[in-house]
Amino acid sequence: MSKSERPNPLFRNLNAKVASIPMILTAGVVFVGGTLWTVLYSFTNSKLLPRLNFVGLDQYYRLWVTPRWLISIENLLIYGAISLVFSLVIGFLLAALLDQKIRFEDTFRTIFLYPFALSFIVTGLVWQWLLNPDFGIQHVVRGLGWDSFSFDPLYNSSIVIYGISIAALWQGTGLIMCLMLAGLRGIDEDIWKAARVDGIPMWKTYLFIVIPMMRPVFITTLVIIASGIVKVYDLVVAQTSGGPGIASEVPAKYVYDYMFFAQNLGQGFAASTMMLLSVVIVIVPWAYLEFGRRK
Amino acid sequence: MSMANTAAPAIAAASQDIAGPYGPKPRRMFSRRNIFLYGTLFVIAAYYLLPLYVMVVTSLKGMPEIRLGNIFSPPLEITFEPWVKAWSTACTGLNCDGLSRGFWNSVRITVPSVLLSIAIASVNGYALANWRFKGADTFFIILIVGAFIPYQVMIYPIVIILREIGLYGSLSGLVIVHSIFGMPILTLLFRNYFSSMPEELFRAARVDGAGFWGIFLRIMLPMSLPIFVVAIILQVTGIWNDFLFGVVYTRPDTYPMTVQLNNIVNSVQGVKEYNVNMAATILTGLVPLIVYFISGKLFVRGIAAGAVKG
Repeated sequence: MSKSERPNPLFRNLNAKVASIPMILTAGVVFVGGTLWTVLYSFTNSKLLPRLNFVGLDQYYRLWVTPRWLISIENLLIYGAISLVFSLVIGFLLAALLDQKIRFEDTFRTIFLYPFALSFIVTGLVWQWLLNPDFGIQHVVRGLGWDSFSFDPLYNSSIVIYGISIAALWQGTGLIMCLMLAGLRGIDEDIWKAARVDGIPMWKTYLFIVIPMMRPVFITTLVIIASGIVKVYDLVVAQTSGGPGIASEVPAKYVYDYMFFAQNLGQGFAASTMMLLSVVIVIVPWAYLEFGRRK
Repeated sequence: MSMANTAAPAIAAASQDIAGPYGPKPRRMFSRRNIFLYGTLFVIAAYYLLPLYVMVVTSLKGMPEIRLGNIFSPPLEITFEPWVKAWSTACTGLNCDGLSRGFWNSVRITVPSVLLSIAIASVNGYALANWRFKGADTFFIILIVGAFIPYQVMIYPIVIILREIGLYGSLSGLVIVHSIFGMPILTLLFRNYFSSMPEELFRAARVDGAGFWGIFLRIMLPMSLPIFVVAIILQVTGIWNDFLFGVVYTRPDTYPMTVQLNNIVNSVQGVKEYNVNMAATILTGLVPLIVYFISGKLFVRGIAAGAVKG
């Protein structure tokens, strides 16, 4: 950029290099260094303190025979499937509704998006209250005369993860709606006119013309939802603390509890490495497409 | 359906005069389509607003009324006692000074974290956009990919680093953590913004002899107020709402509001006071909600900028 102005390339951009030290440290030491450190120590039998006493894959064997971890993975898969499908479907439907040239669009958008401003802790506690069988929705419906009505997901270990998903969807669909709306607004108005002239019904236009055109938006949204799924932690802590029993445990909570309560660092490291692995499986193909295409 | 409009046909007609036929043809206000459309929107809006309503209503009732009544009914007798109690006397463990402690901790965490993370990230973004040096892009890509790495993988190494420099458990330590994890998204935000500025501006300043900091402080900063506002919105809500870093890197007396709220509501001791719990929950959600409602479209822009790469 300024090759002709400064003769010595070593000092060229010196200020920029100095200013980038925090970024270089964060990327190099924390992100790369920290990740490698955790992966390395996941092969040790560290208990209270990290020690380089290698035991091979022992921590991973133990991880995959621990019921709590298996339940965590199962929960994550259910929660993930629900989040992906319903956020995309609901988010898109809401965006499509708002895109019908309606009045008060801003008001509706503000209402659909406000839960996203709230933390998962607040979200979890509100839904814990709404789903409380003695006072919440179940109690109210029974009070209307339907005595056998039962809706207590947070106290029923076979459906507790669905109760958590309800809260997560309430909190997160607004964001997906916004992304989808931006995508819909990027579609050329002429496409709609052409479809209308050809007499294609609206739902067909959406399904076969608009959605395929929004592919990049869907991919980005998918990556955002997916990376959020693996991180789910606060919501579970607030809503159920992993209960009843261990029925709503998730991997992130497993990691935290083993690192900071069970004093079994090795297990925590192994579990977090598995989390990393799952993200890598999702991210690498996407990053390859994204960055590969640009070059 | 009182909102069905009377002005729309006139507006539609007016815009037709100006720009020719545009949009769908004007429809009757009580067409089947409109009733379906607005009906659906109202039902969904009610669903989204319901939790907020229940929170407010519950927090204004006394405990006897909560035990007898239904969570959706408005309070018969409005009482602000739960709010007072949640703010100043609710107990977490041994501390019985309410959420106010957590609130002030969160303020002392959020303000410096927002300032520091934005200061670092804006300079990073500027360097990446205008002063690209060899290897800069490598670090940038690592930074962006790092945003997707589960925090759990990096939590413990950071504990060790903070312990080594003596900041583990302190508010300053948490401020550093927030600055680190805010960096990817903010750097991306600023880099894209500065890249979109006209190159001639930068060149002209260089010809006039301005250097790295001169251009940044005197030309770039004054021109980038909107993106700073977006970054502030993003960071204030993000940091205020954080739970994981708060619980890992602070001690009980420095817990941020979210952690303290969770401890108050989910504590197993004592009688559950649902009205106090809901008042505490609203109090914790109030700051990001206010930011959200004041910032309006900028909030949307912030999350869109954070989510979709420009």
